[in-house]
Amino acid sequence: MEKFTTLDGIVAPLDRPNVDTDAIIPKQFLKSIHRTGFGPNLFDEWRYLDRGEPGMDNRTRQPNPEFVLNLSRYQDAGILLGRENFGCGSSREHAVWALLDYGFRAVIAPSFADIFFNNCFKNGVLPLVLEAGAINKLFAAVEATPGFRMTIDLPAQEIHTPEQEIIPFEVDAFRKDCLIRGLDDIALTLEHAAAIRAFEAQRRLDAPWLYDNSTE
Amino acid sequence: MSGKTLYDKLWQSHLIREDEAGTALLYIDRHLVHEVTSPQAFEGLRLAGRTPWRTHSILAVPDHNVPTTNRAAGIADPISRIQVETLDRNCTDFGITEFSMLDERQGIVHVIGPEQGATLPGMTVVCGDSHTSTHGAFGALAFGIGTSEVEHVLATQCLIQKKSSNMQIRVYGKLATGVSAKDVVLAIIGEIGTAGGTGYAIEFAGPVIEALTMEGRMTVCNMTIEAGARAGMIGVDDTTIDYLSGRPYAPGADHWEQAVAAWHELVSDADAGFDREVILDGGALAPQVTWGTSPEMVTPVDGLVPDPDAEQDLVKRDGMHKALEYMDLQPGTPMTAIRPDHVFIGSCTNARIEDLREAAAEIRGQMVAPGIRQALVVPGSGLVKQQAEAEGLDRVFTAAGFEWREPGCSMCLAMNADRLEPGDRCASTSNRNFEGRQGPGGRTHLVSPAMAAAAAVAGHFVDIRKTAGG
Ligand code: SF4
Repeated sequence: MEKFTTLDGIVAPLDRPNVDTDAIIPKQFLKSIHRTGFGPNLFDEWRYLDRGEPGMDNRTRQPNPEFVLNLSRYQDAGILLGRENFGCGSSREHAVWALLDYGFRAVIAPSFADIFFNNCFKNGVLPLVLEAGAINKLFAAVEATPGFRMTIDLPAQEIHTPEQEIIPFEVDAFRKDCLIRGLDDIALTLEHAAAIRAFEAQRRLDAPWLYDNSTE
Repeated sequence: MSGKTLYDKLWQSHLIREDEAGTALLYIDRHLVHEVTSPQAFEGLRLAGRTPWRTHSILAVPDHNVPTTNRAAGIADPISRIQVETLDRNCTDFGITEFSMLDERQGIVHVIGPEQGATLPGMTVVCGDSHTSTHGAFGALAFGIGTSEVEHVLATQCLIQKKSSNMQIRVYGKLATGVSAKDVVLAIIGEIGTAGGTGYAIEFAGPVIEALTMEGRMTVCNMTIEAGARAGMIGVDDTTIDYLSGRPYAPGADHWEQAVAAWHELVSDADAGFDREVILDGGALAPQVTWGTSPEMVTPVDGLVPDPDAEQDLVKRDGMHKALEYMDLQPGTPMTAIRPDHVFIGSCTNARIEDLREAAAEIRGQMVAPGIRQALVVPGSGLVKQQAEAEGLDRVFTAAGFEWREPGCSMCLAMNADRLEPGDRCASTSNRNFEGRQGPGGRTHLVSPAMAAAAAVAGHFVDIRKTAGG
C-alpha cells in the first residue's frame, strides 16, 4: 500500500448526500479480476451521457458537460468533497479502487458508510470526517474559487486552506499509523499467529460442532 | 452491573486481543465467498505466497454473474465467464468447497448459507458482500467486508475491527394481513434513515420479530445495511433451532444437544443496556413502497409521493428533487397510481420459499396485466427452485405470464443479462433502489413479494390489505 503523509490537491465538490457505491462504480465494471483500471469509469453514469460497458474506449464517449468532474476547473483533482453517508450501499472495494485510480487520495464528508470507510484505509485513501459546518464552508470556498486546493497533513492531523486556515481532524491512531507507514495489515495480524492458534484450539473444545461438520 | 446484549456476547466470544484504543482482532468462524469480490483477494494471497488459514471455514458460490436461463450453454458474456471461472480455479487450487454453477445447491450466497446450515448461531460470519447482515437472523454476528478484508480473513482467519455501539429496534403489536417482514424493515429504514444505523450493530426484537419465520427474519436482517448498520441480528429461539435441525452442515446428532444448549444463551440479557433504542408499532404498518432512489425514500402504499418543497433540510430537499426527476414522478401522486412495467421477484432479500409462496398466493388464477412487459421470478437457490416446483408454484407463475428462472442475483443488480432498460419502471423485491441499480436508467420501487405480485396482476401498486384473504 502506498504511504500517505501529506497531500496537496485540487478539491472537487460532489454536492449530493448518500452517494452510493453503485454510483461510484457501476456494476458492469465489477467483472474485472484486477485492482486497477477503474478510474475511467468512476461515476460512469453521471460522467458520460452514453451507457458505459467494460472494454469501451472512454475517449470516444460523450462526457456529460454538467457533471462536476468534467468541468475544467476540477481537472486533476486529488481531494473529493462529499456530503452525508458517502459510500453507502454495496461492499465493493472497486469503489475505492476507482477513486484511487482516478487520482483521489482523500475524500472529505460529514459521514461515511462503514464498509466504504474501512476499504479506504486498506488502499491508502484517507476518508476524513468533518462536521457539517466545516463541510458547508468548504463547499462555499471551493465553488467560489476556481483551482481551490488544500493540503492535508496526516501526521499533524490538519488541513491547511489557501486562506491560511487550519482545520484539525480526528483519525483513529492505528489506522493513521498504517497509512503513514504504508503497512500491510495481514503481516501485522500474522505477528499474532500463536494467539490465533491458541484461540482456535480453545474454540474447538468449547464449540466442537463448528469444526466437526463444517463444509468438510 | 447491567447485562450483556447479544452483540456484546458475540463480540466477546470471538475476541482474540484488543488494544487500548479499542482496535481488536476478531476470530471468524465462517467465510462465504462469491465471484465478484474475491478474485483480487486470492491474487493478493498468491502474490504474498500465503494460503488460506482454515479452508474448511469457507463456502464459495458464484451468484452475481450467473445466467438465469439455459445454463448448460455456459456464460455468454466473456468477462462474466472469466470471473466465474476464476472463482472455480481459486477454489480448486486451494481446496475450498464450492457449489459451482451447475450444482443443484447453487444459489445466492445469503440464501444458501442458512439453507445448508453453514450459518449457525454464535458464529461470526463474513462475506465480501454487504448483505451478509442477513445471517444475523440466526443469532450470529454477520457483516459484509471489502476485498482487502476478504484477503485478510483468508490469510489469518481474523479481522481487525472496532466494536460498534448497540442499538435495539423493537417492533410491537401484530402485523395486519398483507403486511410482511419486508414492510417492517422498509418502515424501519424510513424511520431511522439510511445512515441511522451507521456505527451500530442492530438487534431486532419485540413480538412482531419473534412471530416472524426464519425467512422473514432473514429479510429484516438482510436490509440492516440499508439502514447503515453493518450487522443486524435476532436472538435465538425455537424458531431458529427448528429451522436448523437436519440441515447438511448443521451439527450432527453427536453434538446437537450441546450446540442447542449453547445457542439458547444467545439472546440479550433482560437488563442489557443499549446505546440507542427505537420502538415501532407493527400493528400500524401498511405495505411499503419506495418512491425514490434511496431505500429511506419510502412511504405506505396508501400514501402519496411526497413534496420536496415541504422538506426543511436543504440538502435533503435537493436529494428528493433529484430522486423524483430520476424516477419521473410528480409530488402528490397516489402510490397506487404508479404503474410498473417490470416485476422482479428475487434477490437475497426475498427469494426464499416462503417469499415465493406469498407471491404465488396473490396471482393464483390471474394473469399479468397488459402493461407489464416482463415479470421475472428468480428463486434464491437451486433447492428453493426444486421445492417451489414440488409445490407447483412454478406453474402458478408461468400460467400468469411470469418467467421462471434459474437461481442467482439476476436483476437485483443486473450484472448478468437480466436488466432494465433506461426508463423502465420495476416493482422489485430486492433491497436497493439506487440509480441504475437494476440497469442504467432503470427505476426501481422496492416492495414485498406479495406487493410485487399484486402489482403485476393489477398493473399498478395496490394496497393488498384490502384484498388479502379474498
Ligand atoms: S441478490 Fe442482490 S443484494 Fe443479494 S447478494 Fe445478490 S446482488 Fe447482492
